[in-house]
Amino acid sequence: MEMIQSLTPVYAVLVSLIAIIPIYLSRNNPNLREFWTILAAIVKFIIVLSLIPPLINGHTVGINLFEILPGISFGFRVDSLGLIFALMASFLWILTSFYSIGYMRSLKEHNQTRYFVCFAGSLSATIGAAFAANLFTMYIFYEALTLFTYPLIAHEETDEAFRGARIYLIYLLGTSIAFLLPAIIGTYLAAGSLEFVNGGLLAATASKGLSSTFLVVLFALFILGIAKAAIMPLHSWLPNAMVAPTPVSALLHAVAVVKMGVFVVLRVVLYVFGIDLMSALGIGTFLAYFASFTILLASIIALRQDNIKARLAYSTISQLSYIVVGVSLLSLSGVKGSILHIVVHAFSKITLFFWAGAMAVGAHKKYVSQLSGIAKKMPVSMAIFTVGALSLIGLPPFSGFLSKWYLLKGSLEAGLVPIAFVFMISSFLNACYFLPIIYIAYFGKISPEDEKDSHIKEAPKMMLVPMCITATMVILIFFFPGIVTSLIDLALNGIF
Amino acid sequence: MIDFFTTHAPVLTIVVFIFGALLAPVFGRINNSLSYYCALITTALSFVLSVYLLFSVYNNAPLEYFLGGWKPPYGIEYRVDILNSFILSVVSFVSFLSVIYGYGSIKSEIYEKRHPAFYSVYLLFIGGMMGILITNDIFNMYVFLEITSLAGYALIAMGRTRYSYMASFNYLILGSVGATFFLIGIGYLYMQTGTLNLTDLAQRLQGHFDTNVVLVAIAFIVVGLMLKMAVFPLHFWLPDAYTYSPSVISAAMAGTSTKVAAYLLIRLMYTIFGIQAGFSGINFSGIIIVIASITILAGSIIAISQTDLKKMLAFSSIGQIGYILIGTAMVNKYAFAGGLLHILNHAMMKTALFMVAGGFFYKFTSTKINDLKGMGRQMPFASAMFLILSLSMVGIPLTVGFISKWYIILGAAQSGYWIVVPVILLSSLLTAIYFGRVVHNLFFKDSEASNTGILHAKIPYSMVSSTAVLVFLCIFFGVFAYMPVEISLKAAENIIGAMPWK
Repeated sequence: MEMIQSLTPVYAVLVSLIAIIPIYLSRNNPNLREFWTILAAIVKFIIVLSLIPPLINGHTVGINLFEILPGISFGFRVDSLGLIFALMASFLWILTSFYSIGYMRSLKEHNQTRYFVCFAGSLSATIGAAFAANLFTMYIFYEALTLFTYPLIAHEETDEAFRGARIYLIYLLGTSIAFLLPAIIGTYLAAGSLEFVNGGLLAATASKGLSSTFLVVLFALFILGIAKAAIMPLHSWLPNAMVAPTPVSALLHAVAVVKMGVFVVLRVVLYVFGIDLMSALGIGTFLAYFASFTILLASIIALRQDNIKARLAYSTISQLSYIVVGVSLLSLSGVKGSILHIVVHAFSKITLFFWAGAMAVGAHKKYVSQLSGIAKKMPVSMAIFTVGALSLIGLPPFSGFLSKWYLLKGSLEAGLVPIAFVFMISSFLNACYFLPIIYIAYFGKISPEDEKDSHIKEAPKMMLVPMCITATMVILIFFFPGIVTSLIDLALNGIF
Repeated sequence: MIDFFTTHAPVLTIVVFIFGALLAPVFGRINNSLSYYCALITTALSFVLSVYLLFSVYNNAPLEYFLGGWKPPYGIEYRVDILNSFILSVVSFVSFLSVIYGYGSIKSEIYEKRHPAFYSVYLLFIGGMMGILITNDIFNMYVFLEITSLAGYALIAMGRTRYSYMASFNYLILGSVGATFFLIGIGYLYMQTGTLNLTDLAQRLQGHFDTNVVLVAIAFIVVGLMLKMAVFPLHFWLPDAYTYSPSVISAAMAGTSTKVAAYLLIRLMYTIFGIQAGFSGINFSGIIIVIASITILAGSIIAISQTDLKKMLAFSSIGQIGYILIGTAMVNKYAFAGGLLHILNHAMMKTALFMVAGGFFYKFTSTKINDLKGMGRQMPFASAMFLILSLSMVGIPLTVGFISKWYIILGAAQSGYWIVVPVILLSSLLTAIYFGRVVHNLFFKDSEASNTGILHAKIPYSMVSSTAVLVFLCIFFGVFAYMPVEISLKAAENIIGAMPWK
């Protein structure tokens, strides 16, 4: 593959970082401030889009900005895996921005400038990680995202919010310094470089006679260090981070933080270790079983949650492990399903979180048990929820069906029948925790107070329209999977 | 004229300070503010000379300079190599920036008529350290150590709080004990060898390492210097000294004094003792690594429980000295370079942090962490600088803190001291905790009514700009790390390569 030297990925990262300045300067004029956010989001999406054509023509776009230490450089390289992530994140940022404006203004939240500043910073970090050319660059953006999202989680500035944010910081910063950094150092010592290589950086140097114990320990350090992927037992920061405003939760759970976690796992498995080395060491199978434990356990915990956001949070933990399991199957369909599930889950889960925010703004409801009969008053929101939930359960004609299909196929390809059962049981559990919500909302009896309460109505248009778009996307991807799968095939070309 | 400066540069770096210290009170008689310019010019000159020395020894062989033309072992020899000229540059740069910083802060912290005396003592303080760095004569090292220590006691006592005298007295007692230990060690070495020149000592000590005299000498010297370095558990003087001295002195001391003591130990360990020399049954570098590990962890843990920002920074300094020791004790090129880089990096970070703390003090006459609530809004620039420096202290990539930790860990992995890796990572986590607490107060708490009241409305430009320069360098050298890394790698190669018995 030919590498085109270009600063485009740098611009994609910088757009939202630079936007922080005008956002901050126009802090006294909310309309102008939000204009900058929207402008930056759109410009960023266009820049990311402009990276598609060269990629389809078989080139990679990238640049090495500077070499910090010998063998360690700060550089970007756009491949199709990164591009899928970046496209998804930058597209959803546009929608989330509109949604945030509606949400923050309806609830008259304080400190909105800090909120939008940190939001823009988080997106820069996300795109940076997507386009990172090596582990070092990725590590920087990984940490940067943690730091940028901290003020967002602590936004309410209540004791509970600070507690959640502190747990978030301790888990993510702690594991990344204690495990991820040593893993990166170990990789450097073993390979003398940190670049992502098709087929695996360590596989290329495996002939040096690295002991397999060392490699297994290294891999364990990587998996422990990437707490953003929320594999149990390092998951409990996620439910605690639920104290954040709902658009932030949507961003955390669907777009940026957790997706960066699984994205880094993908990078490590596919580009640092490589499929061949993974299967030679047998750690792929181990990770698959380890993460399927998370799939089941998190689904079971989700059943018991009455708080809407907590239920969604545990659902996220379970769905993230789908992606981890998918890639650790090390089979073509498994990896394909895994990457597809990143996108599918993003759209489905952000739809659900938008819905949760709509419930909070439109009806002031935060618990599942309060939703009885709410569909009468908020029909559009509930229809949108139904789309998202059915997609995550894995029913056609919603895109969740596609990724589950591939994941199931992948587990059979890899010859791991128990994993296929895990996927099926988990689908059943998904149905168990989503369907009751649909049931009581449509068929439950609305309480007399709610019946009379004229404040309960659909959320403002600013929130409703983004929800509709994401729900439409969930269906569209089912009918036109080619938009995503063609990029995935491109990514997997060099690997399988 | 230029020739004169270049040939006599080694001695001039010291002489300027002595003349400056003499002239400052004289000029002060004429006009109080002249003494400030005297200090400014002196430190600037010495910085220029140090950088010149660094470049010249980096490109050519080490420089030897005989005082008064007397050849050693009769006369005193000044010897400049990459190791000490690197630290010379760091020390003179920090002292130069501190003087600029002091233009604003000293006015509010020290009585007007004491200014000339202050600058005079300050120049002696820095000059003493420069002397320690540059001389190749162990007794001369002791003399300069005393000069800088005595000046240090006086400077700490100039703080305006009641505790300043107490802190100064504490330091006086413990510092004298340390210096005496050092002197006793030197005496024993002289007894054994009859020479004081380091190069001579190195040769004559060969084969005598198992004699009791030398062992005792080494023990005295190491303990004495560790006291000066404030290595745990010999650190008791340092927190008070840093906390209760004037802001500018905290900043200058944090960046220089303990590092110079660390240099002394490094120099003696490598040049004359040959750190891994054949002491039968004594693993010298192992012992130092263990002590340094304990220091790193203890300093960080104690820092967590502090309520005063300056005291927290002081304990953090104690921990950070451990990094320098641990890196240099491993006898590995990369680890040594990492330790050396940490001298530069920590000097920049900690000086800047104390400068920011001084800024808070300037505005609110308090450095209690609880009084800093909501500062992010009242002093956004200073708080942002504090945030960047905190990230650097934790060791986030793209800041200097990352570079030195990276090299130390790399060296530890290479030389097989795996125990060092978790120590450094754990201490990074602890650092994140204690800085996180302050950052949290700065940005996420609303200021309380009980703030001690605003003393000055605006922080003078001199204070802001000198801090900003250091913060900028913290990022600049974190991104473009090539220059300091090259220099320290070459210094490491030279010093490890020239080790006797290796």
